[in-house]
Amino acid sequence: MTNAAMAMTEEGLAEPLLKVNDLRKLYAPGKGVDGVDFELWPGEVLGIVGESGSGKTTLLQCLSGMLTPDSGQIEYTGKQGDKLDIYDITESQRRLLLRTDWGIVHQHPRDGLRMGVSAGANIGERLMAIGERHYGTLRSTGEAWLREVEIDTARIDDLPRTFSGGMQQRLQIARNLVTQPRLVFMDEPTGGLDVSVQARLLDMLRNLVVDLGLSVVLVTHDLAVARLLSHRLMVMRGGKVVEQGLTDQILDDPQHPYSQLLVSSVLTP
Amino acid sequence: MTSAASNHNSDTESDSNGYNFAYLDEQTKRMIRRCLLKAVAVPGYQVPFGGREMPLPYGWGTGGMQVTATIIGQDDVLKVIDQGADDTTNAVSIRRFFARTAGVATTESTLAASVIQTRHRIPETPLSHGQILVYQVPIPEPLRFIEPRETETRKMHALQEYGVMHVKLYEDIARFGHIATTYAYPVKVNGHYVMDPSPIPKFDNPKMHGSPALQLFGAGREKRIYAIPPFTRVESLDFEDHPFEIQGWDQTCEFCGSDHSFLDEVVTDDEGGRIFICSDTDYCNQRFETGARQEAV
Repeated sequence: MTNAAMAMTEEGLAEPLLKVNDLRKLYAPGKGVDGVDFELWPGEVLGIVGESGSGKTTLLQCLSGMLTPDSGQIEYTGKQGDKLDIYDITESQRRLLLRTDWGIVHQHPRDGLRMGVSAGANIGERLMAIGERHYGTLRSTGEAWLREVEIDTARIDDLPRTFSGGMQQRLQIARNLVTQPRLVFMDEPTGGLDVSVQARLLDMLRNLVVDLGLSVVLVTHDLAVARLLSHRLMVMRGGKVVEQGLTDQILDDPQHPYSQLLVSSVLTP
Repeated sequence: MTSAASNHNSDTESDSNGYNFAYLDEQTKRMIRRCLLKAVAVPGYQVPFGGREMPLPYGWGTGGMQVTATIIGQDDVLKVIDQGADDTTNAVSIRRFFARTAGVATTESTLAASVIQTRHRIPETPLSHGQILVYQVPIPEPLRFIEPRETETRKMHALQEYGVMHVKLYEDIARFGHIATTYAYPVKVNGHYVMDPSPIPKFDNPKMHGSPALQLFGAGREKRIYAIPPFTRVESLDFEDHPFEIQGWDQTCEFCGSDHSFLDEVVTDDEGGRIFICSDTDYCNQRFETGARQEAV
């Protein structure tokens, strides 16, 4: 590696991709997100765990530009190193980010997919939205991504509703990754899938994250999923972050009483 | 357009039969004119307007009639076509409506008309500067099929998020091997707004591009007005490797022998007999008469 390249990498590492400062979005006292700060670095997978109603999903919605917070800043470092305050930029810029630099994987594939159009069109939509106008290219990109997420390419013209739950979820991931985003938000990506399908999806996700150098914010209530995928973990309760640290550290040696409760509540077969 | 004259018309025949000139009251016309001005200023943008009840059902051309009633003046000559024909029920009744309520001259000739209200077709005879083409539009929103929320579609128009329009065309190619959309084919107007050109066949799409005539679109049920000013860029959406194409026929018109106009297929018996005829009756008649004259000479 040349010195210039090294300097660039160091410079890249010196900047967090996402910087969240005192984020607040309350529906009622203790309901929602109540003052959260964190930084997400390039290539990092951040897991957010906590019980239902702890504000995980609200936090994710605020982060991904879908829900305007009451107060606080979210600063995103763009591809050119420019700093963007997510709720300060124009809506058009924010929606462009959502279509290109970011991806959102919903818990229910039907929220993230267009169920009425074929798998190929689902994968191609983001490309068409940013100006791809060559059918052949769209087609081959669609096939390549279907292979990438382990779906038979012969099914490119089938509607997503004819797919199994696991396949729909994989299609949703392909649809998001096609524009090579740098940051992906995932809300319970394995929810509602049986364990063997879950394992396969997790395996695929882990490979994709490493291969593409994705940064991921992963919301889950499944500690096993969090342990497998995430580097760092935040435990949320009542809208606040009660503990954060390296995943293994938190799961093996939880300090906060709630984290201890959470870790000890996991069923082992 | 001599709309100013229509404001003071106390001695016209239409006043004596109890209706204001061209049926609509002057305040409504004023409101619609303001919407029309805005629509012309922002080509392809759908302007909401306070649609009025017309004495015929939604879907029969109430939007187009309100626009016609608003722009028509005493000196205008009106032509009404339905599927290209001057003699179908809808065309005849709308033409008679304006003849009775506005007392304007009507015609079947495209060349003689100053205002043409149409459903489904643009006349084959090229339009000229000064003519106004009024379309009756059933569904003005081209994004509706993929996005049911009005708030969202407006945002998509404002931010030019038109990727989904190509999703529709992609689906066509994936299923049928070619773009199978044949009518209401989406167009981009003046490089910004994607517009549904009402259910005209895509055969007529190229005629909208750079047309010297003013084109106005009225949707009565959805209460939207939009417009293409004269000499405006109108591009049909397509893919680089599947370019936009218009329909063609192997047959020619049974009456006038035209091989370049839009043809309707007419079943003549129950033994598979069928003929093809021009859908634009005025154009067909003109060609037929000139042809007959030439033969006589």
